[in-house]
Amino acid sequence: MPADKTTSMAEAVGRIEPGSTVAAGLALEHAIPFAAGHELARQGTDDLTLVGPISDVLFDQLVGAGLVSRVRAAWTGNVSAGSGYNFRRAVEAGDLSVENHSNFSVALSLHAAALGVPYLPTRSLLGSDIAEEPQFRIAEDPFEGERVVQVPAIAPDWAFVHVQRAAPTGDAHLWGNTGVTYEAVRAAEHVLVTAEEVVDLDVIKSDPSRTRITREQVDAVVEAPFGAHPSPVAGRYNRDNEYFLEYADATRDADGFGAWADEWVYGVDGREEYREKVERDLSVQEPTTAAEVTYGQ
Amino acid sequence: MASENGAGADGANGTNGADGADGYTAREMMVSAAAREIEDGDVAFVGMRLPLIAFQVAVSTHAPNAMSVFESGVVRDDPADGFLHTMCDLPNLDRAVSTTGMLDVMGRLARGDIDVGFLGGAEIDRYGNLNTTRVHAGDREIRLPGSGGACDIACMSDRTVILMAHEPRRFVERVEYVTSPGHGEGGDWRAEESVPGGGPSALVTSKATFGFDDGGELYLRTVHPGEDADAVAADFPWDLRTREDVTGDPVGETAEPTDEVLSLVRGFDPDGFWTAD
Repeated sequence: MPADKTTSMAEAVGRIEPGSTVAAGLALEHAIPFAAGHELARQGTDDLTLVGPISDVLFDQLVGAGLVSRVRAAWTGNVSAGSGYNFRRAVEAGDLSVENHSNFSVALSLHAAALGVPYLPTRSLLGSDIAEEPQFRIAEDPFEGERVVQVPAIAPDWAFVHVQRAAPTGDAHLWGNTGVTYEAVRAAEHVLVTAEEVVDLDVIKSDPSRTRITREQVDAVVEAPFGAHPSPVAGRYNRDNEYFLEYADATRDADGFGAWADEWVYGVDGREEYREKVERDLSVQEPTTAAEVTYGQ
Repeated sequence: MASENGAGADGANGTNGADGADGYTAREMMVSAAAREIEDGDVAFVGMRLPLIAFQVAVSTHAPNAMSVFESGVVRDDPADGFLHTMCDLPNLDRAVSTTGMLDVMGRLARGDIDVGFLGGAEIDRYGNLNTTRVHAGDREIRLPGSGGACDIACMSDRTVILMAHEPRRFVERVEYVTSPGHGEGGDWRAEESVPGGGPSALVTSKATFGFDDGGELYLRTVHPGEDADAVAADFPWDLRTREDVTGDPVGETAEPTDEVLSLVRGFDPDGFWTAD
């Protein structure tokens, strides 16, 4: 029997050491692993380096919680409202180191690590001040002599991924847009899968084309219904836009963030208690069912 | 506000008033003007907010064969059936053509397969370079969210269309940080720097539309109804060129959004979340 990797959120997140590099928010505004992030805050796992393309307030929350030393990302803010105020405050106060990327350079960094190569070249970034940031090199390609930007590999210690369903083995189905999810899973040393639902392996094997994360890449599986709220999860629940707006209003100063975090992060002992606090109906009103897929032999 | 009176869009309120500008918001005007920058058959790289609505308008009117790709991996050929706060809202995933990953869609961009990309910015300069990374207010440095996919779109789309609120502080002689390169320092700068795409072709603000001349410099093309060309030009810290300087034709007036377009915009954004003033 393959190993059962299911565990509790507290135990799984407890494996992450202070000083780790964590990639999260990999599907952009979709399926952000907020539940796992909030557990990091409750455990006070600090000195983190966060990696992601855009981060829709999860990075801002972890920065506000005082856990983050460095952000390697293309965009950190609040998509519904614009700014992430904790992020702004921390950068402007000199408390946070930021490595500026574009979305594509984050994707290439993770893809390079996933391929086991030290860097990948791109013609994006040329002419921008991002290309002049110290992590990049502008070089001449050895074949045609064109200018390229060399994007260094990033291999996170951990990738956090939220999915619709996973087997106890770690084999997981996810659907909807995926951003840089697969690249990060393959680049990371360890992977935490949080799932709306843990299902029998037979369910996963009934539709192997939907399986994009397999067990050898996965360290822990945590069943976390509503684990991506306030971000949406295809087929499960919609974006809670009001929550993003309320977060922006509540976190314009550090005290406001403290009060917000006391209520939504430190004041709950886990996702079940958190869920009871959300009163808005975010359920999918008009479910769309995919045409049946047939496999066989 | 007109935008909250969506039913009125079916009537003639765009044409029956003495002042047509009362019939729509500045942002609705921007969406209308931006939609016209999408040609039928284009593959458009669509960002958030107003461009997202502009694509939905374009594909519903003059560009039924346009496709949209989003950096999150969404590929759509029609308007979403529901309001979108973000490109990853479930209505944008539902009945998409494909929901794939970033390397897939950015790969198309890198290959040169994207006709038009949309951008915004906190600052823009004479050559359409954009800054969304950091600005100064007096002595204080203000950190902005950063690039997201904007630098990639700016570098590699065949052409880009920039949307921006018309605020003089946003127009600067030289942006403080080039998050998204435009025409650089003008002339053949993009070719010299090996930047692959074609660069900005238009800027749409809440008061006017602008083009870029052969040297890559911004010029005033049309002013929206009720706006004055000299006043618009005075908002720029340099001597802004105009269509008259570039083509010999005087600065025109931006076409008003049609009733059909207003009706569509108010259908896509019924509460005016993005398009109210």
